[in-house]
Amino acid sequence: MSSVRVLVGTRKGAFILESDGKREKWDISGPHFAGWEMYHLKGSPADPNRIYASQCSGWHGQVVQRSNDGGKTWEPIGNKFVYEGVPGTHQWYDGTARPWEFKRVWHFEPSLTDPDKVYAGIEDAALFQSTDGGQSWQELPGLRGHGSGPKWQPGAGGMCLHTILLDPSDPGRMFIAISAAGAFRSDDSGKTWKPINKGLTSLHIPEPTAEVGHCVHRIAMHPSRPNVLFMQKHWDVMRSDDAGENWHEVSGNLPTDFGFVIDVHAHEPETIYVVPIKSDSEHFPPEGKLRVYRSRTGGNEWEALTNGLPQSDCYVNVLRDAMAIDSFDKCGVYFGTTGGQVYASADAGDHWNAIVRDLPAVLSVEVQTLP
Amino acid sequence: MIRVWLPAHLRTLARVDGEVQLEVDGPVTRASILDALEARYPMLRGTIRDQVTRERRPFLRFFACEEDLSHEPPDAPLPEEVVSGKEPFLILGAIAGG
Repeated sequence: MSSVRVLVGTRKGAFILESDGKREKWDISGPHFAGWEMYHLKGSPADPNRIYASQCSGWHGQVVQRSNDGGKTWEPIGNKFVYEGVPGTHQWYDGTARPWEFKRVWHFEPSLTDPDKVYAGIEDAALFQSTDGGQSWQELPGLRGHGSGPKWQPGAGGMCLHTILLDPSDPGRMFIAISAAGAFRSDDSGKTWKPINKGLTSLHIPEPTAEVGHCVHRIAMHPSRPNVLFMQKHWDVMRSDDAGENWHEVSGNLPTDFGFVIDVHAHEPETIYVVPIKSDSEHFPPEGKLRVYRSRTGGNEWEALTNGLPQSDCYVNVLRDAMAIDSFDKCGVYFGTTGGQVYASADAGDHWNAIVRDLPAVLSVEVQTLP
Repeated sequence: MIRVWLPAHLRTLARVDGEVQLEVDGPVTRASILDALEARYPMLRGTIRDQVTRERRPFLRFFACEEDLSHEPPDAPLPEEVVSGKEPFLILGAIAGG
């Protein structure tokens, strides 16, 4: 029988939640790497037992862990991330030039076909890859070097490359997003990049429709339709139907168009999910009601999903890497909160249950649907 | 034999209990101890000093014989008590953060 494995990164360790296809009873293991910030864990689509994990702390910096047995055991692997050539500068919060400096890995994206190939999105924003299972890392310098790098600025959480999407129909095409630079696309396996931010408007930056400088929080894609992208921006939920060449807003009737996560249903490419969050400094759900919003029309028309979610006195946040979707026929949706809850729905969002309620603040949630 | 005391998280990472004992070739300095430590426990690379600059990570300090040696040059000789193994070389994490 199929099963599911949810990989949860928190401020104080990693947790692995496992269930069968019913997704009713869960086995919880952890904390793995107790006391460390676990920014992200992700399994290889080509070998689900191969999992990469980003482990870091303010004391000891970055460690990278790899499991070859589905998270039962781990081994530290390469953690040396050195920018290619002279790093140069980006803009600091006050507009002054600041040298690029490695801080941490925000996101791992394993290759769709090769378990030993994996991409790493890091802070200060750059894209690295490994082709030896994470033992060594090389920057793909065309991203920082394509010209706009000196204009990039950090968002409130740091200047992080947090989203990496691989096009399953075109091995050369990938999308990344950076806070607060925007979205970029490569059509040649990461050698060269172009900003894809046309149509984004950010009223809080000097030039609201600038080529770069937008605080993109997350991008999502359905694998069957890789030219259609959905974006949760600092403000605005956006959609592109041409691989990011142009974007238009699909916030529609959302109670607030601010938020962090966005994801797509496993079998319905026009069904998307967001969790609206109150901006700008509050960063908790409007009215203290934790609501996932679902659009079955690819945006604009949204319905609140509340069954099983707290509808009063809830003041948690859902961070950008903290939503995931499994690929069962009845697709499961998962998200984690800064209050330590991991919620799951086994029916595409109609009903929710907390798998766990009292973890450390959740930074990331990924799910693996296992045979 | 040089005795080294690691912070708790690094003992876990290196999978060691208690003190580490190291053979150090040549003069016993902070740099030579850390070189020997990282050679034996490669997973500690980057967790005590930066992998590129070799600078001490900001929230760590080096002590021996009740003295803070954090700002001594990395190639400065360490006290004879450390060289002889009478006293450990301590790597301590700051009491900071949450």
